[in-house]
Amino acid sequence: MNIGHLGPELTLVVGAVVTLLAAAFLPRRSQWVTTPLALAALAGSALWTLSLTGATAQLTFDRAWALDRVTQGAELTIVAVTAVTLALAHEWMRTDPRAGEYPAIVLFSASGAMALAGAADTMEIVVGMLLVSVTGYTLAAYHRQSPAAVEAGMKYFLIGALTNAVLLIGVIVLFGLTGTTGLADTAAAVTAERPDAVALLAVVVAISVGLAFEIGAVPTHAWVPDVAQGAPAPSAAFLTVVPKIGAVIALARVLHVLPPDVVDWRALVALLAAATMTVGNLAALWQDDLRRLLGWSSVSQAGYALMAVVVVGRSAMAAPALIYFLAGYAAANVAAFGVVVELRGRTRLDDYRGMAARRPLLTATLAVALLSLVGIPPLAGFVGKLVLFTATIEAGYSWLAVLAVANTVVSLFYYLRVIGPLYFEAERTIDRPAPVLGRWAAAGAISAGVATVVAGIAAEPLLGGLTGAPLLP
Amino acid sequence: MLTLVILIPLAGAAVLAGSARLDERASRAIAVAAAAVPLGLLLGAWLRFDTTSDALFQQVTDAAWIPTLGVGWRLGVDGIALALATLTALLFVAAIVYPVDLKGRHRQYRAWMLFLQFASLGLFLTIDLLLFYVFFDLSLVGMYFLIGRWGHGAARTSALKFFLYTLAGSLVMLLGFLVLYLGTDPLTFDMRELIAAQPLAGAGARAGFAVGAILFGLAVKTPLVPVHTWLPPAHVDAPGPASAILAGVLLKMGTYGMIRIPFAMARETFAAWALPLAIVAVISIVYGALVALGQTDLKRRIAYTSVNHMGYAVLGIAVAGAAAPQAAGAQRLAVTGAVVEMVAHGLITGALFLLAGSFWQRTQDYQMGHYGGLAAPAPRLTGAMTLAAFASLGLPGLAGFVAEFQIFVGTFAVYPVLAGVGLLGVLITAALFLQLLQQLFFGDTPQSLTGFADLDVRETAVMVGLLALVVAIGVWPAWLLELVTPASDLLLDAVAGSAP
Repeated sequence: MNIGHLGPELTLVVGAVVTLLAAAFLPRRSQWVTTPLALAALAGSALWTLSLTGATAQLTFDRAWALDRVTQGAELTIVAVTAVTLALAHEWMRTDPRAGEYPAIVLFSASGAMALAGAADTMEIVVGMLLVSVTGYTLAAYHRQSPAAVEAGMKYFLIGALTNAVLLIGVIVLFGLTGTTGLADTAAAVTAERPDAVALLAVVVAISVGLAFEIGAVPTHAWVPDVAQGAPAPSAAFLTVVPKIGAVIALARVLHVLPPDVVDWRALVALLAAATMTVGNLAALWQDDLRRLLGWSSVSQAGYALMAVVVVGRSAMAAPALIYFLAGYAAANVAAFGVVVELRGRTRLDDYRGMAARRPLLTATLAVALLSLVGIPPLAGFVGKLVLFTATIEAGYSWLAVLAVANTVVSLFYYLRVIGPLYFEAERTIDRPAPVLGRWAAAGAISAGVATVVAGIAAEPLLGGLTGAPLLP
Repeated sequence: MLTLVILIPLAGAAVLAGSARLDERASRAIAVAAAAVPLGLLLGAWLRFDTTSDALFQQVTDAAWIPTLGVGWRLGVDGIALALATLTALLFVAAIVYPVDLKGRHRQYRAWMLFLQFASLGLFLTIDLLLFYVFFDLSLVGMYFLIGRWGHGAARTSALKFFLYTLAGSLVMLLGFLVLYLGTDPLTFDMRELIAAQPLAGAGARAGFAVGAILFGLAVKTPLVPVHTWLPPAHVDAPGPASAILAGVLLKMGTYGMIRIPFAMARETFAAWALPLAIVAVISIVYGALVALGQTDLKRRIAYTSVNHMGYAVLGIAVAGAAAPQAAGAQRLAVTGAVVEMVAHGLITGALFLLAGSFWQRTQDYQMGHYGGLAAPAPRLTGAMTLAAFASLGLPGLAGFVAEFQIFVGTFAVYPVLAGVGLLGVLITAALFLQLLQQLFFGDTPQSLTGFADLDVRETAVMVGLLALVVAIGVWPAWLLELVTPASDLLLDAVAGSAP
């Protein structure tokens, strides 16, 4: 048991505690230091992850933790997104009396998502899920005075409480069937004992539905558009991305130890993926509110991400597809929300008309982010979808790839409903350009936009380390 | 060297997009320079091109990009690619020089033009299947912004329709590409290896679907009936030079892709698709011509003749791809004819659309019925339009004839019935262009057209340049055929050699 193997997570937890103490004892005028403190913790966590990339892939910490490339890819993505979230929130929260505590809660939530991504034990999945969820409700409803934020937080909480319970039931039944909570031992147990197919089906359904909550997938996706629209915009950026990364990987890890010949979980997840991408895209079509549109788009992207879960174990591309697609989605989605933050939460599509004339850089960031979500080359979203489609076709799920292509075409329509007016229409505010928030938020949004481009062009380092990587060491 | 050809326009676009304080003249100078240097480099490449070599591609660059996926920065040319790339560079110079209403955003317009040039040149010069797809999609983005921002009429709707249609096509095509790619071992997108490996040979229905998907995507871009409906609005609402690029360069991507990808990489399956493709091509020829005849809008009429002309090119490709070993010579003619048709159509229709843009600059009106008797006030315009129209209808001695002659000779040897039907298209095209010329230039000049200006210096210079080439190919096609024919031979041989 090497505690150093959990360094990246522990750094975040310690950083969160220090940040929280600083927020509790510092006077208001000094509260701004909590952002740099939290950023330092993130940097430490990232360095620790990088120092572990040389270690051989292994199950560590009493076989409850997967120390491998998949975990590390997720950790680095989560750290990057969290850092951008903090930059976006710095000025946004300035007038909030509890601004100092915000970074601490974000760090706790990020460590929960990491726990999900690294979990090789079903109980650890439950712990990660609870940590992400509980902090997530707070982040969504951080503006207590805003009815929309509180409503979003409430919806998030209600659906979360229900689905966390369902997840727990699934985990307990699986424990009852196999006598273990470790995923590696579960794999051995189900192969040896061939548990009852109906019970196993119940497990698959319960765990899928439970994790689908944080993935933002059908049938527990209803909170996503509300949180995207109502929560503070930096929280929305965080909550539509980070929990998703952890939960998708956790789902892939649990399912791939179950025997597909006893319970056909691939078909089940394929159906979930198909339903999720279709529902998300159709609902996004006619939204006139950019944040809500991004929320529905985030649902549809969750559907694509689930395609990688369908093919784990069937294609060498599954692991790179999973991590790379999530990283590319994260960069683009955070960049898009970042532009919303920098524009002080401006969200009506009409208010974005002609923005290109006075705010060329922000507009370009938003356009690049949306084009990446469509999958236009050479942006990160394209490489993500490319690997995803390749893995799906290779594993024999061509119908899912065809459906994803149809959905992508549909999605282009609503993304262009945003991009078109930005460039093609006359500006609305004649006298002065749209007001912006500040440098931190601008830096956060634009760096995420740059990451969207760079990750697409320089895809090799990210993909090279992941090809053929197993989902459990 | 080819890398420079592609990257110089991109660098020019970046400079224009990044420097906020450029005035109109400076931005024009930068744009023309960035567009003209690639043309010069390509002419250099043409001089160094060895027509006797038996390598499929020459002047190859091969650098790793995403080796994990088998993607590389792979560039190279054969005679076909070189001819089309040079045409592309030339048309971009013409389009950038040509005057147009820039709506006060000269810098951005020229930056997008150069970006589009980068994507188009990249598409013709790459020999990596994934890069081909990348450039294919980037060309959509560039054209979307050009139509939406500098177009007129219902420009936004047309731009949206264009993007949606062609992206749908290109994504379906991508699925086909992935099936091809998954047939290689080790996995690679290298076109040379894909051509050598014929990854779909013996793959049955899977191969049929893959080639069908690729052909569908390329047919949307070409466009063939019935997936052509994005084209007329896009053309009508785009600014003149963008229409010229759309017709002259972007449509070629579809037909070039057919030669380069399904024809070369899935010979056996393509042969099975050849007859349906030829039938669709003939339908496009006749339908395009008939619908063009019915248009009263000048630009819409030219747009539909593009459907007709691209039909000839596809017919040539389908004939060459058919399993007809007894007619190898005819097939050679057909594919060469298809390439010459692409070049000729690029020059001729490019010129026609630029001229249509000149009409719009002067009157903001495309209705042919509102014009008449322009021969007296605008003799240069009349001359250019007449020459381009005659070339387009296939008058011997001009470029269109050389191409169509070869295609029809080839087709008669393989699908004589289709060739007979296709000839109807030639007749109708002749009628519609003669009627167009009569309407615009003869008869009485309406009152509203007093003071109609003739072509100015820049417009005249561009027209002289483009139409001189049209005449040159028509009168003495050897210089182009010498470049294209060996490439067709190599392609047919490589393909025949690898077929089981």
